[in-house]
Amino acid sequence: MNILVCITHVPDTTSKISFTENDTKFDKNGVQFIIGPYDDYAIARAVELKEELGGTITVINVGEAETEPTIRKALAIGADEAVRVNAEPTDSFFVARQIAHVAEEKDFDLILMGRESIDFNGGQVHAMVGELLGIPSISPAMTLEFEGTKGKLSQEIEGGKEYLELELPFIAGCQEPIAEWKIPNMRGIMSARTKPLAVVEPVSDEKRTVVSKYELPPEKGEVKMVDAENLDELVNLLKNEAKVL
Amino acid sequence: MSALVFVEQDEGLVRKLSLEAVSYASHLDGDTHVVVFGSLGDGQMDLIGKAGAKKVHHVTEEKFAQVDLMAYSSAIAELMTKTGASVLVMAKSSLGDPISARVSVKIGAALVSNISELPENTDGFQVKRSIYTGKALAITEIKGEKSVLTIRKNAVEIKEDGQPAAIEEFSPTVNEGDFKVNITSREKTTGEVLLPEAEIVVSGGRGLKGPENWGMIEELARSLGAATGCSKPVSDMDWRPHREHVGQTGIKVSPSLYVAIGISGAIQHLAGVNSSKYILVINKDADAPFFKAADYGVVGDAFQIVPKLTEAVNAQKG
Repeated sequence: MNILVCITHVPDTTSKISFTENDTKFDKNGVQFIIGPYDDYAIARAVELKEELGGTITVINVGEAETEPTIRKALAIGADEAVRVNAEPTDSFFVARQIAHVAEEKDFDLILMGRESIDFNGGQVHAMVGELLGIPSISPAMTLEFEGTKGKLSQEIEGGKEYLELELPFIAGCQEPIAEWKIPNMRGIMSARTKPLAVVEPVSDEKRTVVSKYELPPEKGEVKMVDAENLDELVNLLKNEAKVL
Repeated sequence: MSALVFVEQDEGLVRKLSLEAVSYASHLDGDTHVVVFGSLGDGQMDLIGKAGAKKVHHVTEEKFAQVDLMAYSSAIAELMTKTGASVLVMAKSSLGDPISARVSVKIGAALVSNISELPENTDGFQVKRSIYTGKALAITEIKGEKSVLTIRKNAVEIKEDGQPAAIEEFSPTVNEGDFKVNITSREKTTGEVLLPEAEIVVSGGRGLKGPENWGMIEELARSLGAATGCSKPVSDMDWRPHREHVGQTGIKVSPSLYVAIGISGAIQHLAGVNSSKYILVINKDADAPFFKAADYGVVGDAFQIVPKLTEAVNAQKG
C-alpha cells in the first residue's frame, strides 16, 4: 500500500502566541516547532500499515525551508521519502491544491493526515483534497483497519461514534487512539539524513483568504474569589452578575 | 446578496448550533435560505423561521436520509446555484467541517472556519476567526465573490422573532458516484447534553482522584443542565471517554459558563476553553494557574464543595 502522509509544522502546544510587525506576522521568536500532534497519529498509523501490508510512505509538507527539520523527523519515524512544496501555508484551499497535485502525480492508495492543524484549526484540508481528487475523506478517524482494499474505520461524531466501510482510495484525518505516537530511534535518525527530500514549487498561487491582522483575545479581569463556606453567594453571582444560570 | 444555511438535524430535532448559523446569516444583507435533509419533528420548521430563515429547501428523498458527505455537498452546491446565494453558512461541527470544505471547492468560494463574531460591516468580506486553538484571533479578508463560513458556538444569539419560513421541496440531482461510504453502525449516547452545544460545561481533572468519584460531577452537571467534560490526563487514563476530553488536542468549547474542578489549568487545557464567556475554577491549590484565567474561583476541597454547590444550585431553583 502506497501512503501519502501530510504533515504540518506548528508551534509546540505549550507555546505562548504573539505577533510582530503591527500584528500582521506570527512571532516565531523562541517558539519550538513540532510535527502537528494529530499528524503524529497519521505517521504512526502509516508506519504500522507499512509493516503489516508493505508499500511505501511519502510525507508531504507545504512550507518554507525552515520546516525541513520537522520533515526529517517524519522520515526518522519511518517515512521513506518526502516532498516539500516551497510556499507559506496561509490558506487552506491553497494547501489542499498543492497536496492534490502531488497526490495525482504519484497515485497513492491512501492519504493520511491529522484531523486538523493546531495553528489554524480548520480541519478542512482533508475534505478539500478529497473533493479535488473526487474521493471520500473521513475525519476524525479513531481506528483504521483493512480487509483487502476495503477500509474499516470508526469516526468520532458529537456524542458518539460511527463505524464506516469504504473502498480505497480515500483520505483519513487521524486522531487518537488510531495508533501510538512513535519516537524516532537512532537508526531512524541516521537514515533520515539520506532519505530523499524533494523540493517543488507550488502549482498555483491562488489564495482565497488573506489574514489582514491578528489579535490576542481580551485579557480576563481579576478573578473574583468566593469563600468555600459561602456557595450561595457564588450561585448568586452566577445568576445575577454573570447571568448564566 | 443572499445566504444559504445548511441546517443539521439529529433524529428530527434541529441542532441548536445550526439555529445560531441561521441567525448569523440573517444578520447579513439579503434573504436567508436554509437547506435541511430528512424529516423533522413537530415545530422544528417554526424554530428555523424564528431564527431568521425566509425560505427552507427541504430534501425529503430517501436517498438522502442517511448522511453522505459527498452527496450532501453536491446537493448544497446545486442549491447555491439555484438560489443564487453568494454566502454559505453552517455550524462548525463534525459534519460542517467536511461539507463546508467540499462545497467551497465545488463552487470556487473562499472558506473561513471557526468564525467567532458577526462581521462589523455587513458586506461580509472581512470576518474574525479563532486560531491557535483560541489563543489568538485572525481578521480574515475574503477574496472573490463567494464565501463559505463555519460559525463557532456563541458567535451570535439565536433569534426568536422571525416570521414563519416558506417551505419548498428540493430534489437534488443524484450522482451515484457520490455514495461511496457505507455507515455500518453507530453508537450514540442519548439524553445527554452534547459537549460542543452545551451552555454550561462541568469538567473534572486529576484532582478528583479516580473515575469512581465522577458521580458528584454528573450530579452538578444535571442540576445545571450542563454537559460533562474532563482534562487530558483523565481521558488518557481512561477515567472518562475520549469524547469528553476538552483542550487543545480534544474538544474545543465556548459555553456561557465553564466549571473546572480539580484541573490545574495547563496551557493546552486553557486553549480549549478560553473562549468561554465565564469560567469558574474550584481547586484546593490556591496557586493553580487556572485561577488566572478564571472569572470566579473557590479554593477548597472539591469533595466538600461540589455536593454543596449542587445543593445551592438546586435550592436556588426552588
